[in-house]
Amino acid sequence: MKFDRRMFLKSAGATTATLTLPGWLAGCASSAPAVAASTSGAQVPDNPFYAWFGIDDATLSRVMTELTSRGADLADLYFQYRRSNSISLEDGIVSRADSSINEGVGLRVVVGEQTGYAFTEDLSLDSMLAAARTAASIAAGGGADAPVAFAQQSVPSHYSLQVPWADVGITSKLPLIEAVAGYAKAGDPAIDQVRVYWSDSEERVLVADSRGHVHTDVRPQTRMWVSLSAKKGDEVQSGAANIAGRQGFDWFTDERLRMVAKQAVDRTMVLFDARRPPAGTMPVVLSAGASGILLHEAIGHGMEADFNRKGVSIYSDMLGEQVGPDFVNIVDSGVIDGERGALNFDDEGQPCERTVLVENGRLASYLHDSISARHYGVAPTGSGRRQSFRHTPMPRMRCTYMEDGPHTRDEIIAAVDNGIIAETFTNGQVQIGAGDFTFYVKNGWLIEGGKVTAPIKDCNIIGNGPAALRAVTMAANDSKLDTGGWTCGKDGQSVPVSQGLPTMLVSELVVGGDDA
Amino acid sequence: MPELQTRASDAVQLALDSGADGAWASASRTRKVEFQARDGSLEKVQEDTSASVSVQLYVDGRYSTHSTTSLKPERLGAFVKEAVEMTRALAPDPDRALPDAALFAGRSDADLQIADGTVDTITREQRMAWLDGLDAGARTHEAVISATSYVSDDHTRGAAASSNGFEGTWEGTSVWVGAEVTVREEGERRPEGGHWLGVRNVADLPTMSDVGAAALNKAVARLGSTQGPTERTTLIVDPQVGGRLFWSLLRPAHIRMIHQGRSFYADQVGEQVVSDALTVTDEPLLPRGLASRHFDGEGIAARPMPIFEAGVLRNLYADTYYSRKAEFAPTTGGPSNLVLAPSVDKDFAGLLQDIGEGIYLTSWLGGNSDSTTGDFSFGLRGHHVHKGQIGAPIGEMNVTGNLLDLFGSLVAVGNDPWTYRRFRTPTMVFEGVQFSGA
Repeated sequence: MKFDRRMFLKSAGATTATLTLPGWLAGCASSAPAVAASTSGAQVPDNPFYAWFGIDDATLSRVMTELTSRGADLADLYFQYRRSNSISLEDGIVSRADSSINEGVGLRVVVGEQTGYAFTEDLSLDSMLAAARTAASIAAGGGADAPVAFAQQSVPSHYSLQVPWADVGITSKLPLIEAVAGYAKAGDPAIDQVRVYWSDSEERVLVADSRGHVHTDVRPQTRMWVSLSAKKGDEVQSGAANIAGRQGFDWFTDERLRMVAKQAVDRTMVLFDARRPPAGTMPVVLSAGASGILLHEAIGHGMEADFNRKGVSIYSDMLGEQVGPDFVNIVDSGVIDGERGALNFDDEGQPCERTVLVENGRLASYLHDSISARHYGVAPTGSGRRQSFRHTPMPRMRCTYMEDGPHTRDEIIAAVDNGIIAETFTNGQVQIGAGDFTFYVKNGWLIEGGKVTAPIKDCNIIGNGPAALRAVTMAANDSKLDTGGWTCGKDGQSVPVSQGLPTMLVSELVVGGDDA
Repeated sequence: MPELQTRASDAVQLALDSGADGAWASASRTRKVEFQARDGSLEKVQEDTSASVSVQLYVDGRYSTHSTTSLKPERLGAFVKEAVEMTRALAPDPDRALPDAALFAGRSDADLQIADGTVDTITREQRMAWLDGLDAGARTHEAVISATSYVSDDHTRGAAASSNGFEGTWEGTSVWVGAEVTVREEGERRPEGGHWLGVRNVADLPTMSDVGAAALNKAVARLGSTQGPTERTTLIVDPQVGGRLFWSLLRPAHIRMIHQGRSFYADQVGEQVVSDALTVTDEPLLPRGLASRHFDGEGIAARPMPIFEAGVLRNLYADTYYSRKAEFAPTTGGPSNLVLAPSVDKDFAGLLQDIGEGIYLTSWLGGNSDSTTGDFSFGLRGHHVHKGQIGAPIGEMNVTGNLLDLFGSLVAVGNDPWTYRRFRTPTMVFEGVQFSGA
């Protein structure tokens, strides 16, 4: 009975958002017939997506007519087929695999700021018409004109695979899983138990909208997670590392497998020597890469325009204002090849882009879906995303990162008298209105007298978004994107995202330490 | 529900026909309706019905699980056939086996009162009236910027069958209502507060304006919040938010976590691990409970299970697979409802008086815990407590320590459980807790 999980997530509050690196996600792939991503500019008579979903222009037009029968400013049909496979290794053997298929269509009609929504997993015309009538009930006006023909739009290609996941069988994956487990086990004599979780998935998406546009896409996603327990005498420690992206089988090179195994070993073994940092307010150095979690929580969510058009974000009246030093440039991009948050178009069929949130320290743009873009009279930023055909789109992050700053990592560490370095993370959260955000540091280091002195572990860090940006005093020239499989939660919906950061110093954050 | 039972039984047969030696299958259908209004205007309506079939396969000593929403017979047939083939590629594992059929026996037939037929008859007008009620309670303060109200109801039916003789059905309804309020404050901050609750039966819903008012009060209570102190002091936890601690405390209480070297409860069953003020029972047969059930996900008949008795760890959660691996008797695969026995006959107000000085925790923000070591660090918001009175709001602070130490310092469990969640936590008081802030 899963009735209350979604509401449990949701009951964290609509203005609270989370970011997690979950133990594992339902993953992915296998053997349905491959569908080539189409990039043609004109109506394709034998569109393979039409064939897959069993639809044609007449069907789309009929359903769209019903959907807009009581009025519509915009309406769309979101067809999705998602096939996921996962495989797990424990105690030296792969003795479990899972697969799932989710298929359906979500029907949305928007009138002003009102949304009517329904979905059906049954793609028969009757079921779609019934769902359309349900969604249309939000409106009470006369019918809008629905298109009779739909033109396929050309889309870019940010994650085309040499071999689609549908064509990669389980027997190809098993040696990789066993190899990474072997590398991890050999990483240290104290490694007692190794767990590897693999997932891959392929989504076919077709978005038809009331402008008469059709967008189609094949979206791959994969992730490998290595979790270890190590034992020294009576003491046991556990740690993990993972890699993820919109990538294919060939992405899992031997070098990459060795890297993730080594990360997991290093992060676990260092815990034997790690201690809690002191409690209280202190300077925090964010390591390059995964520390982008700070951007995600401290500013990213607050810049999602749904919160701003409702006036409930701490950034609601701050567009154009200086929020940090000149060297702070923060971007949310959907167009970086292979990134977990990359999209050829968003889930409303809008083109994706590189959206600059903060330019030279000044707040430059919110992240928009169609509804907020119309509210503000600007173009959508391609940020309208949804978890699946069962969900309505809303503004979401894609890949959020900060560009290089003027300093070096060594200069930054030398500038800290007593503080910490935050290096790996498990999860974060933010309150959109109050602006308070947190992230949990799994591994890090103590800085004393400008030198790195000892490993630390398990401390929650808390700050306030705008205050933290103002407290950014240094940023290095080593910006990089993290390869971890981050999942962002908002209003009960989860979407894959990615993030990055250069080494950066925030002069004051609250560190959950222990003075015992 | 005969249709779902047939669908589950058919899926088991399909698996056997495709070459599986054993199978477990379930079929379910959920209807859900959600309405959302903002500042008195309807903002979103969503209504749908969702159905799926899940199958667990045992093939030549190998195991896999599969689920699909694509239920047309020809697609389902191909899906299961392919799943059986995929399973053959895995390593054999002697511990992968269907649950012992003896554990299916003794299933309670008590009416759990978790399926309320009137949920199907809730009208659009009723939902709109609830939203109006929530809104009326939530917008009675001049500082309100925006208030959003939500009502949602669902009705799930399901059935399961196995090749070793299990058959069972379940049915449940729930109604969730809530409001989220954002208020204006001097400076940049726009504090928010939310109040949410879920019930099984429509008749158990409280007055909507009270729910809206509770959300408003939580937002208003944040006005003027300052950074909390760095100190060791007494912590009093509001009944509405105590459940968070039990997700952390119970995660390692599973035989899987012990077997995998990821639990601080290794070799601790029967030992005193926390304060004798803590007595916790897993209560799957609780009438109207949000997680009540007659059997668990493997078909094991549900029965009450003490987890902690006066601080002694009595039982672990244990499913079939990890029980076989660890040579432990299976219990049930995971938590249902949690009920805490009061250690004192006092509610929040009484315990607040008792502690005199300390910090009152009203909500969490982020944080995590390590189930191997018990080390935790959580963000929180709340109030100072001075002379037994709730004082100024504080936030932007963390509480940090070890879960066994924290629950070792539990000095009082109140008699006022919050019943609108599956973990029914009352007021709890902990002594000597490390806070970090300014």
